[in-house]
Amino acid sequence: MRIGEPQLRDNLYAATRTIRAKRAQVVAEVEDWEELREAGRAIKADAMRRLDALLEQLEEAVTAAGGRVHWARDAAEANAVVADIVAGHDAGEVVKVKSLTTDEIELNAALAQRGIAALETDLAELILQLSDDWPSHILVPAIHRNRREIRDLFARELGIEGLGDDPEELTDAARRHLRQAFLRARVGISGANFAIAETGTVGVVESEGNGRMCTTLPPVLVTVMGIEKVLPAWRDLEVFLQLLPRSSTGERMNPYTSLWTGVSDGDGPGEFHLVLLDNGRTRVLADEVGRDALHCIRCSACLNVCPVYARVGGHAYRSVYPGPIGAVLTPQLRGVPGDSDDLPWASSLCGACYEVCPVKIDIPALLVHLRSRAESSDPALRVMGWAMGGPRRFAAAQKAGRAALRAGVPVPPWTKGRDLPPAPPETFRQWWRRTRG
Amino acid sequence: MASRDSATGNGRGAGSSAARAAVLERIRAATRGEPLEVAVPRDYATRSPLAGDALVDRFADRVSSYRASVHRCAPDEIAQRVVVLARERGARRVAVAPAVPDDWRPDGLEVVIDRGMAASALDRIDGAVTGCALAIAETGTLVLDGGPRCGRRALTLVPDWRLFVVEAGQVVGSVPEAVAALHEAASAGRPLTFVSGPSATSDIELSRVEGVHGPRTLDVVLVAPK
Repeated sequence: MRIGEPQLRDNLYAATRTIRAKRAQVVAEVEDWEELREAGRAIKADAMRRLDALLEQLEEAVTAAGGRVHWARDAAEANAVVADIVAGHDAGEVVKVKSLTTDEIELNAALAQRGIAALETDLAELILQLSDDWPSHILVPAIHRNRREIRDLFARELGIEGLGDDPEELTDAARRHLRQAFLRARVGISGANFAIAETGTVGVVESEGNGRMCTTLPPVLVTVMGIEKVLPAWRDLEVFLQLLPRSSTGERMNPYTSLWTGVSDGDGPGEFHLVLLDNGRTRVLADEVGRDALHCIRCSACLNVCPVYARVGGHAYRSVYPGPIGAVLTPQLRGVPGDSDDLPWASSLCGACYEVCPVKIDIPALLVHLRSRAESSDPALRVMGWAMGGPRRFAAAQKAGRAALRAGVPVPPWTKGRDLPPAPPETFRQWWRRTRG
Repeated sequence: MASRDSATGNGRGAGSSAARAAVLERIRAATRGEPLEVAVPRDYATRSPLAGDALVDRFADRVSSYRASVHRCAPDEIAQRVVVLARERGARRVAVAPAVPDDWRPDGLEVVIDRGMAASALDRIDGAVTGCALAIAETGTLVLDGGPRCGRRALTLVPDWRLFVVEAGQVVGSVPEAVAALHEAASAGRPLTFVSGPSATSDIELSRVEGVHGPRTLDVVLVAPK
């Protein structure tokens, strides 16, 4: 989000405040919420510790139930597996239910290169796809768009005349547009909120029914899942089906949760493929502190309470995983030095994210951990450390910095998704000297 | 299972088995030397304190909070209720799950028994009437398990009007009680669907709209002896 877009900032601020209030209300009515959080944390820690055995168990259970399991070391391998399956069925088009994992591996672009059109069917994802835009929030990815923009977009891209900008009317237009696609699709693609090693059951949690459509109607279903989503036992669902909806949409339960185990005769797809994706996750796992970021169940509660996120929006994080969890997950997943390295610094360490996290990920502690990991290797930080090491050096650095700001010197890659703030007329120390507070 | 053995999606081709070995080895290297067991404390409540009428009332209250409609009736009034609701919702052609009892089936409507209808045929049906596997009071959730009274997933998804018949004895208190009761169905490989209210979205300016791709109207007939 750009500084010069106050309307969008207002939208985002109002939206995060609304979801925050709903969440607080439905969490407060659960007396054993803290016990559930502690169980959620421990189940995830346990799953990470014996991830290899659990994935093998999952593979065996899915295969026994008539599904097929594929493994992918990275995005390219996962995309190739999916594209091969789709091409093998001569399908030129697939329907997709919103999946951060397939956004992460940029599956749609990979399919397009093979001549396969991927139709996003979640309302927000459809809006983003039609406008060639990028998600800005985990739960409501098009929250930075207002109704007039969406009306204009649908009128232009879907060719609907006389469309109003009422959300109900716009939603109805999306329903009519996608219904035929669901009915004709031969391949559906989904992510997974969890998969149970014990039973081989895969689950998708959603609201609109597009998830049910994609996982039920097409004869072939392909699910792409990060390896960290596996849960050991069926019973573990009793914890996550309570933690996730209340933390995410602020509902006691989301409208639809689909759970399937391999294939079922005469009900749903006759062919099911599960793609298990690494793509940096084992690198995160190797850091005993940093691995807690893999416990994330993508609820987005930490985005909604974050004072930084609520003001800068999701695009500033330049990743499909924005907000506090993105700031600890993205740099670790990417691993190599790059333009996400500065994310652990974009925080005041206020700790609000930790308070709401349903699996008790100590995000502030992870931020500090990642900062200290980077400090030893980043030359820019060493220079900063030197400059801040004495009052004269600091004053000189501030002077130079303010001059650069006034001259509008860009600071790539930082300024790629963000604006620099205008330089203040004087520094705090100058102001103090002048006024004595 | 048309193409389990076909050339498509060669899951255990050379590439995939190399990837499998590599991913498993990376995991083992990342966690080597750590204790194998992590204790999981389960100090949360597994049973709801509610029982009897209070349990059923809680269920009705929670379902209603999703803007679904709950209609209570006695066992011998079910068919009559279904007819009245179908008329109100403007449904003329209704599909039912194969084992829906005769006395749930409405007179005066065109009733189709779903025995594997194509999705395009279901798309021309106005509504679907089924039972459920169980219902959860605390969350106002209805669970389908693909059994003969629940029907196939497509039946309960494609038609625009949804009617569930829930018997009071099917209501459990909490999510943990429901998950425990569904363990057997999951182990048997049956698909499960949790339904809590009509389909919904808040994607446009966080303004809630009921009815996106799933059924837009949800009615629950709650059957309890008088």
